[in-house]
Amino acid sequence: MTKVNDRFRDIGAFTPLADDDMLICRCEEITKGEIRKAVHEGMYTMTEIRRYLRCGMGLCQGQTCAKLVKGIVVRELGVLPTELEPATSRVPMRPVEMRVLAKEEGRC
Amino acid sequence: MQNTAQVVIIGGGIIGCATAYYLAKKAISVIVLEGSDHIGNGGSSRNGGGVRQSGRDPRELPMVTWGIKNLWPYLTEELGVDVEYTQKGNLRLGKTPNHLNILQSLTDRSAACGLDVKMIDGDEVRQINPYLSKEVIGASWCPTDGHANPLTATLGFYKKARELGVRFITGEPVVELKKVKGKLRKIITSHDTYEGEQVLVAAGYESRAITAAVGIDIPMQAVKMECLVTEAEPYMFEQMLGTAEADFYGHQSKHGSFVFGGSTGMETYNKDNGKQISTSLGASCTCRGIIGYFPALSDAKIVRAWAGYIDECADKIPVISQVEEVPGLYVACGFTGHGFGIAPGAAYNIAEIISEGTPTVDMRAFRYDRFQAKI
Repeated sequence: MTKVNDRFRDIGAFTPLADDDMLICRCEEITKGEIRKAVHEGMYTMTEIRRYLRCGMGLCQGQTCAKLVKGIVVRELGVLPTELEPATSRVPMRPVEMRVLAKEEGRC
Repeated sequence: MQNTAQVVIIGGGIIGCATAYYLAKKAISVIVLEGSDHIGNGGSSRNGGGVRQSGRDPRELPMVTWGIKNLWPYLTEELGVDVEYTQKGNLRLGKTPNHLNILQSLTDRSAACGLDVKMIDGDEVRQINPYLSKEVIGASWCPTDGHANPLTATLGFYKKARELGVRFITGEPVVELKKVKGKLRKIITSHDTYEGEQVLVAAGYESRAITAAVGIDIPMQAVKMECLVTEAEPYMFEQMLGTAEADFYGHQSKHGSFVFGGSTGMETYNKDNGKQISTSLGASCTCRGIIGYFPALSDAKIVRAWAGYIDECADKIPVISQVEEVPGLYVACGFTGHGFGIAPGAAYNIAEIISEGTPTVDMRAFRYDRFQAKI
């Protein structure tokens, strides 16, 4: 569902926090501070955060960190958790070797 | 909030974001309207990241080469975001004599325009990239080609333009364009009305429906393509790769993952009503293509696959043009699946057309009114 999202609105300035170096996305090693800073650089949706920082793009595809990332982004933007859509889940559900994925009946 | 700017850009992809950035650098006020919820949600963040000259239509070469010389090498520093630009050449691979014929004609066409591209044999190919299958008997080689990260490049232009005061609004699909006293002026969205002296439509395939409101039709169709990415792998090679048959293309990213795109042959016959959804055929077909050239990658794990739409123009090159018959209207669309590499150059030049009237690179080949019936 699309909704109007003005990227010029004031969300306040970025202020460093004591736990900014805490790792949130373990697969891609992205910290809380990097996520908070990305919001202030204009990344207002979970999809943009993911594309900008790679968090949720590693082996687990965000199955571990997506909720944590969302909590951080929601607080930074000052919106309700229900207002922030999750990023699109992609196939495959688990990492699959190319030689397995390549196999279809009678091929490869 | 002020809904009026000197320039209103419709489309928040890499063309819209980069043009907004180059206009803002000239102290021109800009509003960017994006129909979806996310910046760069179309082809801009769904492509394979090629920054290529070889294999291109000769009409595109001056623009893409100019961008590769003057913009790409400096983008990371300029935008303050790592766009991962890597200029280590492009190999277009062949396995059969027929493939070599295709590659030879592409090479001759580009070399005639002055591009440094040549044919090399199988052994030379494996000197450049030792992981390639012995079945590869030749390739075209263009050392000045490369690749970059489409996600950080698109969002980098967005970030920098926003810093310079460009107002971006997402979730704001354009419903209609309206003229005032014979000049394009109003942009009506589903929620609001915006006004600008000049309007750039850079909305990919959707541009066709948007400009229809003022009687302009760019002949395009939406063609769905699919990509996939592996987990991070140890460093193997830095070239951009493609094949004579176009069965797959891709590169290893700075992160270590391999990004590959491929086609199944059913790209124009989708049943998904315009949604960018992967098919069950796509990833499997691309994996077979890759393994045929890179047996070493057959154990690499695919972590993600996705789909995106190409705005394929009738003559396979973009429209980047002022539309004189609708004063105030400019169009940049129809990039036909090779828009990422050419985007910074195209945006820089369309910004010049909008602000000064004359671009650095000759853009007449990209006129909106070039399409003629065949008889």
